[in-house]
Amino acid sequence: MKRTRWTGRTVGRWAAGGALACLVGIGAFLGIAHRSGLPPIPPPKPDAFPAEMLSRGAALAAIGDCVVCHTADGGVPYAGGRALATPFGTLYSTNITPDPATGIGNWSKEAFKRAMRDGVSRDGSHLYPALPYDHYRQVHDGDLDAIYAFLMTRPAASAPARENDLIFPLGFRPLLAGWKLLFLHQEEFTPRPDRDAEWNRGAYLAEGLGHCSSCHSPRNLAGAEETGASAYSGGVAEGWVAPALNGSSPATVPWTKESLFTYLRTGVDGHHGAAAGPMGPVVHGLSRAPEADVRAIATYIASLSADRAGTAPKTPALPDRSAEAAKANPVGASLFAGACAGCHEGGAPMMTQGRPGLSTVAALQLDRPDNTIRAILQGFHAPTGPAGPAMPPFAASLTDAQVADLAAYLRSRFSDRPAWTSLETAAATVRKEDSQP
Amino acid sequence: MSVTITVNGADHALDVDPSTPLLYVLRDDLELNGAKYGCGLGQCGACTVHIDGKPAFSCLTPVGAVAGRRIRTVEGLGSAGAPGLLQQAFEKEQAAQCGYCIAGMIMRAQALLDRIPDPDDAQIRAHMQTNLCRCGTHMRILRAVRRAVALRKGTQSAQEVRP
Amino acid sequence: MSPVLSNLSRRGFLAGGALVVSFALAPRAFAQLAGGGEGGAGPAVVAPDLKGSLKSTPWLDAWIRIDADGRVTVFTGKVELGQGIRTALIQVAAEELDIPPAAVTLVTADTDRTPDEGLTAGSHSMQDSGTAIQNAAANVRMLLAAEAARDWDVPADQVTTGGDGRLRAPDGRTLAYGEVAARLSLHVQAVPDAPLRKPSDYRTLGREQPRVDIPAKLTGGAAYLHDMRLPGMLHARVVRGPSVGTSLQSPDLDTVVRMPGVVTVVRQGGFLAVVADRQWTAIQAMRHLQRAAYDRAPQPPLPADGTGDAVAATLKALPARDISIMDTSEPAGPAARTVKARYTRPWISHGSIGPSCAIARYVDGTMTVWTHSQGTFDVRRVVAELLGLPPEKVHAIHAEGAGCYGQNGADDVAADAAVIAKAVPGRPIRLQWMREQEFGWEPLGPGMMTELEAALGADNRIVSWRHAVWSNPHNNRPVGAGGVLAGNEADPPFPAPEGKPIPMPEGDGSRNSNPLYSFANTHVVYHFLKDMPARVSALRSLGAHLNVFSIESMLDELAAAAGIDPLAIRLDHMRDERARDVMQAAADRFGWSKRPKGDGRRGCGMAFARYKNLGAYCAVAMEVEVDRETGRTLVRRAVAAVDCGQPANPDGVRNQIEGALVQSLSWTSREQVRFAPDRRASFDWSSYPILRFDDVPGSVEVVVMDRPGAPFLGIAEAGQGPTAAALANAIADATGVRLRDMPLSPDRLKAAIGPV
Ligand code: FES
Ligand code: FES
Repeated sequence: MKRTRWTGRTVGRWAAGGALACLVGIGAFLGIAHRSGLPPIPPPKPDAFPAEMLSRGAALAAIGDCVVCHTADGGVPYAGGRALATPFGTLYSTNITPDPATGIGNWSKEAFKRAMRDGVSRDGSHLYPALPYDHYRQVHDGDLDAIYAFLMTRPAASAPARENDLIFPLGFRPLLAGWKLLFLHQEEFTPRPDRDAEWNRGAYLAEGLGHCSSCHSPRNLAGAEETGASAYSGGVAEGWVAPALNGSSPATVPWTKESLFTYLRTGVDGHHGAAAGPMGPVVHGLSRAPEADVRAIATYIASLSADRAGTAPKTPALPDRSAEAAKANPVGASLFAGACAGCHEGGAPMMTQGRPGLSTVAALQLDRPDNTIRAILQGFHAPTGPAGPAMPPFAASLTDAQVADLAAYLRSRFSDRPAWTSLETAAATVRKEDSQP
Repeated sequence: MSVTITVNGADHALDVDPSTPLLYVLRDDLELNGAKYGCGLGQCGACTVHIDGKPAFSCLTPVGAVAGRRIRTVEGLGSAGAPGLLQQAFEKEQAAQCGYCIAGMIMRAQALLDRIPDPDDAQIRAHMQTNLCRCGTHMRILRAVRRAVALRKGTQSAQEVRP
Repeated sequence: MSPVLSNLSRRGFLAGGALVVSFALAPRAFAQLAGGGEGGAGPAVVAPDLKGSLKSTPWLDAWIRIDADGRVTVFTGKVELGQGIRTALIQVAAEELDIPPAAVTLVTADTDRTPDEGLTAGSHSMQDSGTAIQNAAANVRMLLAAEAARDWDVPADQVTTGGDGRLRAPDGRTLAYGEVAARLSLHVQAVPDAPLRKPSDYRTLGREQPRVDIPAKLTGGAAYLHDMRLPGMLHARVVRGPSVGTSLQSPDLDTVVRMPGVVTVVRQGGFLAVVADRQWTAIQAMRHLQRAAYDRAPQPPLPADGTGDAVAATLKALPARDISIMDTSEPAGPAARTVKARYTRPWISHGSIGPSCAIARYVDGTMTVWTHSQGTFDVRRVVAELLGLPPEKVHAIHAEGAGCYGQNGADDVAADAAVIAKAVPGRPIRLQWMREQEFGWEPLGPGMMTELEAALGADNRIVSWRHAVWSNPHNNRPVGAGGVLAGNEADPPFPAPEGKPIPMPEGDGSRNSNPLYSFANTHVVYHFLKDMPARVSALRSLGAHLNVFSIESMLDELAAAAGIDPLAIRLDHMRDERARDVMQAAADRFGWSKRPKGDGRRGCGMAFARYKNLGAYCAVAMEVEVDRETGRTLVRRAVAAVDCGQPANPDGVRNQIEGALVQSLSWTSREQVRFAPDRRASFDWSSYPILRFDDVPGSVEVVVMDRPGAPFLGIAEAGQGPTAAALANAIADATGVRLRDMPLSPDRLKAAIGPV
C-alpha cells in the first residue's frame, strides 16, 4: 500500500543519511539536534474555518493522500497506526486527528506547518522523513493552512502512537538533524514564467504534496533524491520499481497527458499496465481529487517525457512473439496458458473489453524483474475502490521456479529487451519479504 | 503428457495437457465436484482448494504447476456420511442457499483454522473476503465458522478431560 | 442425499430420464398465460374451484403416488433454486399425508413426469405448489381413510393416522398406506374441501427441518447440473462477442478445427459454438475464435456515466405507454407540506456465482435437455420451436444450478446446448457459459425511475399521493424460440417478441407501486417502455425493489419534514392488521423506541412492504454507521420480521430473508452495470463488484410470525424492497443526507455529505 513510499527506499535514505551525518560533524549537528517545543493550544472549534477553506483542504489532502498513511487497516481514518515494515524495523504512522491527547488537537497552525516543512513535532522532536517534508516545504502557506483546517475538523479519535520498533541506533531521533542539515534545502514553489498556468499548477502539486519524485527519482548514496537530469529517471518503492517518467520512460506506448489523466484517475488507461503496488493508493487519492488538479498533474508529468512522445511513432509496434517465446520457454508458455491467458491472452474477456495487453505493461520492459514478480506473487487490488483492474495473487499456486519460468516467458514474448537473470532468486526474495509480519 | 498429482492423499497419474487448470482436472478427470467453476479469473473463490496447505484458486492453477504437491479439496475434509468439523458446522447452521459457493467457502475457512485455531470475528471476515456468495448466505457462513471453532474447542476439551 | 439427487449421481441420469410414466397429464396450453406470476407460458386453468396448481392439474396421481411397499413419491412442477423449496414441499406433503418426511421422495419439474406449474418465480412456489400438494395430500389421505373404513366397516371419520404411514381403526387395527393404496386408483380429480390437518396436530409443518439438499453441497456430492457426467459426454463452449448486440466479424475457424481435441465447430446463422473432448480445449478454442473483431448492432443509447440523471434521461427518451395503476379521490384537507422526489435504480446483474449450464442429448429424434431454468416446460417449448421438433419429442428435466434470482442465462444456455446437440447427435453435450458471457449476455434487471409527490395535511395525514414509474418490461421470459439468444441468431432469426407488461395485481415494473397504505387521493401510473436499450428480464422482486424503495423513502421524507416518527407515520396509515403486526414485531425486536438518534454518523431506518400486496409481509429495521471521511456505510445490525402465513420451515424462511436482505444491500449500495458506447462494460467481478464479507452487517435477525394454518404466502422476494428503503432511511437518519439514486455508494454519499 501507500506505505511503500515511506519505506524501503525512504527509510534507507535517512538511515544512510543519519549515519553520514554522524561522520561529518557532531558539533554542527548538535546545534540543531534539538528544536524548541511550541505551546499547546485549545483545540479549534469545527466552525473556526470557512467552508471554502475546508473544501480546499480536503482536495489538497486527497492529492497528498494523507489518509492512506495515517490510517491503520480497518482503523479510524487519520488516527494513524499503520505499520510500516522496513529493513530497519517497523515504523507506525501517528494520529493526525484533532484529539488533544493522542492526536494533533492542541497543535497550533504554526506547529503544524513546522512539522510539514521542517519535520519537527510540536514538542520539538524530529520526525522521520517517512513524512516527506522535503517535498512539503514547497507547499504554499495558504494551502498548508487549508490542510490544517481540514485535519482539525476531522472527528477526533483517541489513538496513542505505537512505539516504533527500529534497529539501533535509528531510534535516536536527534540523528535526523544531520540528515536534514544535508538534504533539507527545498524552497517554496515558484512558478516558471515560460510555462502556462496548468503546467505550473501541476508542477506545484506533483513536486509538493504529491511528492511524485520521491518514488520516481533515484537516490544518492545517502538516500537523498537525485535532481537535475536524473530527476524522474526511475526509483524504487517498497521493492517495486517506480518507472522513469522522463525521456527514459519504459512505456511502449508513450504517455500523453490524456492517457496520464485517465491512468491517474482510474488506475488504467488501455495502453499501460494497471496501477499496482504503491501506485495503487496514489490513484486512490487522485480518483477523489479535483479533476482540474489531476489534469494539471498529468500535464506536468507528461511534459517530463515530452521529447520522447514527440519522436515515438503514434502506433508503435507492440512486441508479442508468442511462438518464439514458447519455443524458448516451453514451461513458461504452459504456465501462462493455464494461469494467465484467461485474462491476458487474445480473446480473453479483459482483452475484448479494452484492458491493456501485456506488451504495453511497463513492468515487462524494466531492467529489473521486481514488478513482474511482485505482481505475480502478490497480485494487486483495484486502486480506486471495489471496481477497477485487479489481479489475484499466485503465491500459493506457483513455486519460485515456476514464477521464474513465467517471468522469463513474459519477458521474451512481450519485450524486445535482454532477458532477465536470477529470476528464481528474485522470486524467493520477494516471497520471503512477503512472509514477514 | 503425463502429470502425477496428489489429491486428498491419493496419487493420480493423468495424461493431460499440463496447462489445463487444476479445476477441470479435478472435476472432469477425478470426478470431484467440490471445486466449482465460478469465474475462472481468480475473483470469486468458488474453485478454492489447498495446495501445500495454502488456499489457492484451482481455476488459475495449471495442473503442471502442482505435480508432486499436496492438493486438498472439500472431499478431503469429510463426506456426507462422515462430515468434517467445518462441514458439520455448516450443516448445523444450515449455511447454504444455492450452496454453489459453499465448498470454496469451507476450503477458505479451513485454511484460516489451520493457521489460527481461534480466530476472532474480524479475522474471519478479513480472511473470507476473497470469496463471493451471491445468495447472501454470509451471516450463516460466519456463524458456521465460529461454530466450527467452538466445536473444535468442545472436542479438544472433551479429549482433555478424558483420562 | 435427497431422492432426486440420487438421479443426479454419477452415470445415473439415463435411468432417471428413461423412466416410463403412465399417469395422466393435464392438458397443456401454449397460450401466454401467467406462470408463476411472471409471464412465461403456463398451463390452462381447468378446475377453477381447486386451490393452487390443482386448478390446472386436478388429478391426484399427477401429484402423489404411493407404491404398494408404502413409498411415497410427490411430484412438483416447481424447482429448487437454493431457496429450500424441496424441503418445504416435502414437509407439506409429509404433514398432510401424516407420514415422516424421510418417507417422501420428491420429483421436481420434468416435462415427462410432473405437472406443468409454469415458472418457479415470483415467490409463487408455496402458494402454487405448496397449496396444491397440501390439498392433494389431504385428498389422498381422505381416500385412504375412506377405503380403510370400508374395509373395517367403520365410519370414515373414525379412521385416524399416527404419523407413521399407517391407518388406524378405533379398535386398534391398522393398515399400511401401501396396502390400501394398492386397491385404489388415484387417477381421480381432487375435491376442493378435503379436510386439512389441524395446525395443533402438526408434526412436520412449521418445524425446523434440515434441508435435504445441503449435505451434498457441503461435501462435494453430486448436487448440481454442473456435476452431471454422462457417458460419452462432450464439452461445448458457445462463441460470442463481448455482450448482447455484438457479433464477431470473422472468427478464425480454420485454426480451431485443426486444434487437437476439437470435435467440431457448430455454425448456424449467427450461432457459433465449439465442441471438444475436454473442457479446457473447448475454452481455448472459444478464446481463439473470440479474438475476432466485433460489430455492434445499432441500439438505443445506454447511460454511460451511470448517474441517476443519466438513468432518468435514458428512460425518459423512450416512448412510453401510460397504464393507470391506481386512481382514487376522496375529500381530504389541504396540503400543509408537499414533498417531491425522483428515485432511480440502474441496471443490475443477476450475478449467479455459477454461470449457466445445460446438458443436451439428441438420440433417435428425441431431444433431452437438462436445465436449471426456472421454466422447465418453457425450455421444452423454446427448444421445440427452435429446432422444429414436435414438443413431445423434447424432454426437459430440471437439475439444480447455482442461485439464479430471475431470468439469467439458464434459458439461453439450454437452447444453445440443444442446438449443438442436434448438430452432434448421439453424444451428450455439456455447455457451460463463461463468467463473462453470463455478464455480457444474460438479461439484466431493468434500470428504472420513479417520481413521487406526496402531501401531508396539518393533522399529519397524507392527503395526496402521486407515484409515477418508468420501466422496461421485466417480463421477457422465453416462451418460444425468439426469447433466447440462439433463436435470435438462427437463420432466419426468430425475432425477439415485443415485451409486454404484466398486469396488476402482480405487475412487473408496476409491482408494488400501489401502496398498501391508506392514503387519500392516490394516483399511480406506470409509464411502460417497450423499447429496451439493454436486454432485460425478471430480476428478483422486479419493480418492487424500486417502487418500495420510493414509497418507503418518501414516507421517511414526509416524516422528517413533519417531525413524525417513521414508525408512527406508517402505522397511522395502515389498516391491514398483519402489516401492522409485522412492523411492530420488527420495531420491538429492534428496540425502535430506544434506538440511538441520528448523530451524524450513526442512525436507524425502517421500511415495510407486503410483496405484491399479495405475498409475505416484511418489515426491516437497521442501524448504520457512516464513515464521514469516505462515505462508507456499515450496517451494524438489522432486524426483519416476516409474515408468510403458515411457515413450512421457519429456518428456511429465516435463511431466505437473511439472504434477501444481504443481497438487497449489495444491489442497493454498490451494484450497477456499466455501459460503454458499443457494449456492456461490466464483464467480471472487478467491473461489477458485489458485497463481500467486510461489508456485510454486524448481525441480522429474522422474526418469523407464527400464523398457524394460514395460507402460504411467498417470501423469497419479500425482503428486497424493504431492505433497500431501510438502508436509505438509516443513512438519512445518520447523516441528514437523502440519497435517492441507487447505488447508495460511498462516493455518492461522500459527495453529498461534503468535505466536513
Ligand atoms: S472460479 Fe476460480 S476464483 Fe472464481
Ligand atoms: S449460497 Fe448461493 S452463492 Fe453462496
